[in-house]
Amino acid sequence: MNLYGDRGNIYCLRERCAARGIVLDVDDVGLGDDLDVQSYDLAFMGGGQDREQRRIGEDLLERKGGPIRDAVASGMPVLTVCGGYQMMGRYYQAADGGRLPGLEIFAMETIHPGDDVPRCIGNIEIDWERGDLVGFENHGGRTYLDRDAVPLGRVSAGYGNNGEDETEGCRYLNAFGTYLHGSLLPKNPALADLIIGLAVERKYGSAELSPLDDSVELAAHRSAVSIARRDSHRRLRQDAAVDRLRRLTRAALSVRRHARAR
Amino acid sequence: MAVAAGKLTALATRRMGRGGTSLPGLVAERIDPQLLRHICRQLGYGSVVVTGTNGKTTTSRMLAAAAAAAGFHVLHNRSGSNLMRGLTTTAVAGAGVGGTLSNANGRLGVFEVDEATLPQAVTALQPRAVIFTNLFRDQLDRYGEVDSIAAIWRRALERLDNSSTIVLNADDPSVASLAEVWSGQVLGFGVDDVSHAAETEHAADSRWCPACGSEYLYTALYFGHIGLWSCPGCNRRRIPPAVSATQVKLEPSGVSRAKFSTPQGRVSLDLPLGGLYNVYNALAAMAGALAAQLPLAAVTTALEGTDAAFGRQERMVVRGRDVHMLLCKNPAGANQILRLLAAESGAQHLLILLNDDVADGRDISWIWDVDYESLAGTVDSVVVSGRRADDMALRLKYAGLEHMLVVEPNPRLAVERALTLVPEGCRLFVLPTYTAMLTVREHLAGLAGRSHFWEG
Repeated sequence: MNLYGDRGNIYCLRERCAARGIVLDVDDVGLGDDLDVQSYDLAFMGGGQDREQRRIGEDLLERKGGPIRDAVASGMPVLTVCGGYQMMGRYYQAADGGRLPGLEIFAMETIHPGDDVPRCIGNIEIDWERGDLVGFENHGGRTYLDRDAVPLGRVSAGYGNNGEDETEGCRYLNAFGTYLHGSLLPKNPALADLIIGLAVERKYGSAELSPLDDSVELAAHRSAVSIARRDSHRRLRQDAAVDRLRRLTRAALSVRRHARAR
Repeated sequence: MAVAAGKLTALATRRMGRGGTSLPGLVAERIDPQLLRHICRQLGYGSVVVTGTNGKTTTSRMLAAAAAAAGFHVLHNRSGSNLMRGLTTTAVAGAGVGGTLSNANGRLGVFEVDEATLPQAVTALQPRAVIFTNLFRDQLDRYGEVDSIAAIWRRALERLDNSSTIVLNADDPSVASLAEVWSGQVLGFGVDDVSHAAETEHAADSRWCPACGSEYLYTALYFGHIGLWSCPGCNRRRIPPAVSATQVKLEPSGVSRAKFSTPQGRVSLDLPLGGLYNVYNALAAMAGALAAQLPLAAVTTALEGTDAAFGRQERMVVRGRDVHMLLCKNPAGANQILRLLAAESGAQHLLILLNDDVADGRDISWIWDVDYESLAGTVDSVVVSGRRADDMALRLKYAGLEHMLVVEPNPRLAVERALTLVPEGCRLFVLPTYTAMLTVREHLAGLAGRSHFWEG
């Protein structure tokens, strides 16, 4: 599954490794392939449409599920985005009500409320342990974390997991899940370096990544953040305006009723 | 009344210097929601609708030209404003204040229609033919998923009278499958020249059969998911189209030559537009014209005289520089344009503008699926602009262009900057998203002395 420019994440990991003299070999593991988890240090799973999620679901669970669970338990960094993120939970309930069982790595479930409910679409900024992350979300499914599950971050602007509880994404050991794409890693170099660092440390025992010149990255990050905040304020203003209009209308109608009653 | 209000609005917006390509329609629509149907019912020869992800404006412009060459009066939303309000604006412009369409008897309507608007447009227009150019991932944030457009189109076909003809891109499996839900006439078009088969391209978003889930096989893949396809799982395959192009030669100077084969005869054509995707646009226009019973001679005259649809692949001379505008709005289209550039010889100076308004697509992730890497080593200067200039700059850093990036978010200033970087007599290629194109074109046209776009 690779629908939303996810390959930007692969480019980012590869280039940031190369800049530190690390060669990143990338393998595409597809439908029907076996996954020899021992020979890898990092895993990435991207997004797709409902139809694609259904297609890979069976293979994911039966062929790849065990190896992926082993990888996560062993501390391998695993990054999952959108559809890939949803599949890491207990299940994904599609718009038509059908349930796709997930990998049960994240303590969460995702429910698509049907096509009548607006999707969660827009620029998003979240606070996380090392600052903020910025990207673009586009999902119909609403993800609900268990009480003791750890989100990736808290929403500052945007919808996040479900638009209600201000959580975004999920983290368990070194597995990360998120709805942020854009792509995610290029303009969030801190997260890219965290993931690379975890992989290097797990393989070689320690990791010290030399700092890179991230001026272009940070410029993109900053402008995306201000756009996300501006969009969020606009949405709030619009919601407030609609709310005011509704109250005014209600008040006007009740005055009329009063006047008539007399 | 509705027409009068529409015309007043059009006058007002022109005076204010705005485009006026959809507000008049919106106003008129509010007053009389049936206005479009009422006016278009008067079209003597009915109408043809053009929809799809890429190529709508160019194809409908070619078709309108063919109709004019055949002696028809044409009602055509030339500016590319393709939602219901845009269609209504066009109808209002062609009607008198009483709602009567001028030259009604000799009129053919040619309307490009936004993909998600097809059901309403079909209901209002009941066109005699609908052309489907292609279906690519475009503006994910508007439609959510590629599959939902396919579903919307099937719904539109339910509302279309089966005396109409659907004109389909036989090389696009997502479009070709519409024939399965249509009981009326189908006219296919496609390219039969395997010398244009390409290596796998990244932007493919629909390489799996929706019926059985198998991955499509291609004896020749032209670009994206377009080519000579078959499904190994359920044995659906490309049906050889009635309207096809063979011996296609794409000249770097921006001319395409091909031999076209149709039920009305064969013809060789020189198209003054570059790129395989424009051959597809010509095929679509040709097939649509034949479905509307226009003579082949009119079609060939029109195609050879084609002027680039405004902004899509337009050229103008500004301060002694030869400026080419190449609209980029999704990965498939952008990759095609980059291929065109790769085939060009001579200095390459680029101005790339990325906006994220609703009409551009708010989700800019698509730039990571475009192969900008092909520019490294061939480009002499790159200016990056638009609301998301910084994201584009980051993308181009990854493409190996960091050392030459000039970032100027303000489009007008960026145009000025780009022009100074291009030696006189040389070319500047402008690659904007839709709303950036409107801004840049306005600015360039002012410098070049071109007419305002809505008179385009």
